[in-house]
Amino acid sequence: MTTRRSFLQGTGAIVLYFNMVPASVLAQQAAAGGDLPGSLAANPSLGTWLRIDADGFLTLSPGKCELGQGIQTALAQIAAEELDVAFDRVRVAAVDTASSPNEAYTNGSRSVEVSGAAVRAAAAEVRDILIGLAADELAVDRNKVGVTNGVFTVDGCASQIGYGAVLKDLSLARNATGSASPKSHDSYQVVGQSLQRIDIPRKVFAEPAYIQDIRMDGMLHARVVRTGDREAKLLPPTDFDAVAQLPGVVKIIRDGSFLAVVAEREEQAVKAARALARLCHWDTSALPLQASTINEWLKKAPADVKVVAERGAVGTTDIARTVSANYSRPFQAHASMSPSMSIAHKSGDQLTVWSHTQGAFLMRGAIAKLVGLGEENVRLIIAEAAGCYGHNGADDAAADAALIAMQMPGTPIRLQWSRADEFLGEPYGSAMTTRISAGLDSKGQIVDWQYDLWSGTHSIRPSGAKRAGHLFAARQIARPLPSPPVGNIPQPRGGGDRNAVPLYSFANHRITKHLIPDTPVRVSALRGLGAYMNVFAIESFMDELAHVQGEDPISFRIRYLTDERAIGVLEKLREQMAAAKFDSEVALAGVGIAMARYKNSGAYCAVAMRVVVDSESGQVKLDRALCAADIGLVINPDGAINQIEGGVIQSASWTVKEQVRLGLNGVTSTDWASYPILTFPEVPLVEVALIDQPSQPSLGAGEASQGPTAAAIANAVANATGKRIRDLPLTAARIKNS
Amino acid sequence: MAINLNVNDKEVRLDVEPDTPLLYALRNDLELNGPKFGCGVAQCGTCAVLVDGKSVRSCVVPVAAVVGSKIVTLEGLGSPEAPHPLQTAFIKEQAMQCGYCANGMVMAAAAFLQKNKNPTEEQIRSALSRNLCRCGAHNRIVSAVSEAARSYQEGESS
Repeated sequence: MTTRRSFLQGTGAIVLYFNMVPASVLAQQAAAGGDLPGSLAANPSLGTWLRIDADGFLTLSPGKCELGQGIQTALAQIAAEELDVAFDRVRVAAVDTASSPNEAYTNGSRSVEVSGAAVRAAAAEVRDILIGLAADELAVDRNKVGVTNGVFTVDGCASQIGYGAVLKDLSLARNATGSASPKSHDSYQVVGQSLQRIDIPRKVFAEPAYIQDIRMDGMLHARVVRTGDREAKLLPPTDFDAVAQLPGVVKIIRDGSFLAVVAEREEQAVKAARALARLCHWDTSALPLQASTINEWLKKAPADVKVVAERGAVGTTDIARTVSANYSRPFQAHASMSPSMSIAHKSGDQLTVWSHTQGAFLMRGAIAKLVGLGEENVRLIIAEAAGCYGHNGADDAAADAALIAMQMPGTPIRLQWSRADEFLGEPYGSAMTTRISAGLDSKGQIVDWQYDLWSGTHSIRPSGAKRAGHLFAARQIARPLPSPPVGNIPQPRGGGDRNAVPLYSFANHRITKHLIPDTPVRVSALRGLGAYMNVFAIESFMDELAHVQGEDPISFRIRYLTDERAIGVLEKLREQMAAAKFDSEVALAGVGIAMARYKNSGAYCAVAMRVVVDSESGQVKLDRALCAADIGLVINPDGAINQIEGGVIQSASWTVKEQVRLGLNGVTSTDWASYPILTFPEVPLVEVALIDQPSQPSLGAGEASQGPTAAAIANAVANATGKRIRDLPLTAARIKNS
Repeated sequence: MAINLNVNDKEVRLDVEPDTPLLYALRNDLELNGPKFGCGVAQCGTCAVLVDGKSVRSCVVPVAAVVGSKIVTLEGLGSPEAPHPLQTAFIKEQAMQCGYCANGMVMAAAAFLQKNKNPTEEQIRSALSRNLCRCGAHNRIVSAVSEAARSYQEGESS
């Protein structure tokens, strides 16, 4: 029998298992959402979003997943604000396809934008309904009724009754109408406060908080055995009897080239998987590229070429001088701290999968297709793992667990990837290369801008049945699913071309994307997608041009900007730099700046980085970063700052250290020694200033600082050493040898 | 076979092979959530526990090696009712994003602060140099450890 004891023992504010109004009822009611805000349009039933319990607690059920970004806390603040419920009386449910609204993926820094808007509108409407019920109960005019901390007021004076008194008459199995007005930002008391995150205490006190903490009676442990190539074929002989005899081994699962072992205990599964790996022979193809040849490979590979943005007519203005440069980034890994895992349980005709995927509903369709069940027979329940930073191994591990569980009905299967499985199996952020060519007129003004980028896809998420073939195991099983076409996210968001269109107003520009559908290693969404590389390239190049003109890099940029908020973050950064005396007094120290608006529609972020370069070794010491950001209405300032700081540091790690290592037969980064990341002594200090914009819509903060940080570091290195490094990462060897 | 361990001041008897990694015994047999599986090869630090006051990586320590030792996990360090200064400081400083590395950070810092009551920020960074964080919460973690060190001292002087 399955129990939920481990999770239920926890006393944290999170409720992990419950059903509100059944999804089937809601589906019948889900009429067209009309002009409802955010995700409420697609999920209009109020009962999917929230519930008020008799004990006065509000349970919020968003469709966005907690990934360590603090979304549950931010949404709880919005709900508490609109419903006038004390913040500590808000619980947030985990995403469950049986009960949650379908908010597709938790990605693109849009959760506060779309889920926040839905929660705000839904909560405001429920408050309105409750006030109407209270007016009836108190037999007063509804215009006289208000709420403070869940207690109704009449003419501003507390009444005898609170929400609990009218719950008997409240039915939330109804669609939102959008008729209620949310509060004005002037009256906010909870939104805009740096409240402590609701998930942190349980993490600090080792209460159940993560998917890893789910334990079920009768649960068995599984490991997969594979290479990093999902097209690799398992060759005969495949006599695994010796492994089947090992202590604790319950079953060896083989389906085509999909190979896994199930054991009673975890360490037995580990040993058996190692033994199996030694017996396996794989037919795998050699890599057609190496780290040193990525750029040439990208430029020669078959590509879909498309002009994604054009202004004026490039090449037609009088150009006195042309400046060009090429930039590149290698394949980089999500390298989540927790290797992916999943629990799957087949019981009767139902398959339940616990996963740390970013898209429960889409994964439900993909898994159903993979294992041959109807979508209605598959349930996905989300539990948190370590930060994913995009499409890591989570979905593939869930698929692995599902395949194994299907062969062992009645037994909960806990499938855990090893560190090497994660490094080899996760889809990487695609290597990219770009070429920029700027035409200057006789006054040195940029009048012509041509930008070409070459990239693999940034989107192979297994989004529903049609894209189940993107799952790692989908190509391994005896009856493999066809590999679907890779994703190509169009402008204005863009995939590889995210932020490829400059925010600067040049008279003429043309941006061309060369999308390479077939990359030799698997690639998908890594935090920021193409924005990291495109901002690195554009903002490095702008710095080079400013330097050529002998102009201050901030003033130079502002000269080409019309967006006041973009100018605003640069001006703010200038103030921060002055206040911090951020000039380079130390020999071989340098300061660099960069700015971008994420996706050209999201948060504005400007970064200044100070570095010191060791002249002997070329080693870059990242000293200190300053950052100015405009994310519109801020729900939780400390939460936003935390994400922006983290973005600076993660991007700094990508920028000075990270590249997936390639051998003749595939990836050779299998652990933290072969994929080093930034460590404590190497991390810069980071100070973030938020520009208060309460009347502007909220913009996600999670991906805003990656691009600007990369360029700020390269610009700082150039200022420190006079050497312009255009290929990432900015390793000591590159700096020394350039 | 039977292995006797002292975990969080309790004597426990486990029926496991002597080479079983301590991490699996703690997580799977004793159902403790503090130590986390991160790499299995002692590179990342998420699995740290205290063994006789020293921070060790439980993913590579066989249970047989810690028989007779005092093992303390994050659960044993403090509780919401009686938090360890590091736990209080991690909450105060909001010293995480996903928090998966936090167990290792707290345990490594707990061992470190026993030896160095008044560390500089640089010493804290050095003490945590073998603990990885992927979210970029490093500076907050350093602040939390500094904060905990201060409150230790205040606790001792009061």
